[in-house]
Amino acid sequence: MYAAVGSGLAVIGAGIGIGFIGGKAVEAIARQPEVSGDIRANMLIMAALVEGVALMTIAFSFFVGG
Amino acid sequence: MRIVFLVLLYFFGTSLSGFSQDNQGENEALQHAEDCSVEHHDINAPPYNPGKVAVHHIKDQNILTLSFFLKEFHVPLPCLLYVPGQGLFTFSSGKFHPNEHGDGDYAYRGFVLREGAVKRVKASGFPSELIEIDGFMEDKEERPDFVVYQGNCYEIEGKTTWDAGVVGVEITSFYDFSITKNVLTLLLVALLFGWVFFRVARAYKKRDKQAPKGLQNFMEPFFIFIRDEVARPVIGPRYETFMPFIMSLFFFVLGLNLIGQIPFLGNPNLTGNITVTGVLAIFTFLVTNLVGNKNYWQHIFWMPGIPWPIKLILTPIEFLGLFIKPFTLMIRLFANISAGHIAMMSFVGLIFIFGQSGQSIGGGIGGVVISTLLTLFMSCIELLVAFIQAFIFAILSASYIGLAIEEHH
Repeated sequence: MYAAVGSGLAVIGAGIGIGFIGGKAVEAIARQPEVSGDIRANMLIMAALVEGVALMTIAFSFFVGG
Repeated sequence: MRIVFLVLLYFFGTSLSGFSQDNQGENEALQHAEDCSVEHHDINAPPYNPGKVAVHHIKDQNILTLSFFLKEFHVPLPCLLYVPGQGLFTFSSGKFHPNEHGDGDYAYRGFVLREGAVKRVKASGFPSELIEIDGFMEDKEERPDFVVYQGNCYEIEGKTTWDAGVVGVEITSFYDFSITKNVLTLLLVALLFGWVFFRVARAYKKRDKQAPKGLQNFMEPFFIFIRDEVARPVIGPRYETFMPFIMSLFFFVLGLNLIGQIPFLGNPNLTGNITVTGVLAIFTFLVTNLVGNKNYWQHIFWMPGIPWPIKLILTPIEFLGLFIKPFTLMIRLFANISAGHIAMMSFVGLIFIFGQSGQSIGGGIGGVVISTLLTLFMSCIELLVAFIQAFIFAILSASYIGLAIEEHH
């Protein structure tokens, strides 16, 4: 049961992180719409890295919780 | 420095033989008179356990289940099992006569097929020729699995519990070199990509200085993307030496990710298996450390330009980082892909939960509608994740290589 609680807490971190990335990316696009393709590519990469960390925790919670 | 690294690697590799399999000591046929009955092992019976079904579907199996218009075909695959002291057994897993749950109806040479995976019977007194078994006792978490034959229960070697069976690596008394579903799919993907790339290479040679056409035209944006966005900015001026490695990593991971999405081939889950991603991360580790120049090792062990107390703190952190970076590569890819597969299996399991495992038709239909929409949505996200994770694996490997060959500025 604690494994599930741990996964839930990890998802809070992922949500906050990706929310920040998305917010800053949208602001940057609003300031300079012509480079929106570049910004979108970078945003996806950063989101994948942040999500990777959260998913690592979920994988560990699988190992621990069974 | 390269010599030192290789010598350390050699000693580490030979020390791993200490982890070789050992024979389980207990050899008794257990006679549980009270509850040695065959339970009808139905995963979909109430109460439905979605976690167990999901984990079962992402594990490797010794049979290949192809589904074709609501009919399932079990294709038997060759088993190559090496028991130390008894030699190599090669036989087809069709000898186990798998039923629709993946359990074998027959046992052969002391091996049984349990939920698609070959397991060895631990208790002695189990006959070693081809026999028909009664069944299996119902699988419970707190006690090991038993196979029932002629009214007696024989214990099967259990799985290690620290990985919840997800990793698929078990400490057993035999070495399993079988061509399993994962191995077969990996070979197929490798052959397919080999064919594609040889064709494209021939097309490049033949159509030099002309516009590309056909398959070459389709693959060219990928090549240019890897060269211009991944390799050249990150590795630097010597990027051409490492282009084959980075491209192989990218296309291999992409192909394995995508073939795990196809449900009709039995959902071969390759990059969701930690051993596969572990081997790819080991390749990255070897390549970065074998091309590291003096600058790289100096930055790890005695970073220049900072006062010496901080150097003492920084050296262990940098040394650990040497191993942690490929480790995170492995875990990131594994966790992303297997989490996606588990989510898909859970959405399919929603049908069974809402329909209360076949007892409520209205709930079942509602479950089908919701589950189809959610599964469709999850498939699109998984497609995106497949591409993104392949790209992230490639670009991070390239950046580690770039750090290793960076010149002093």
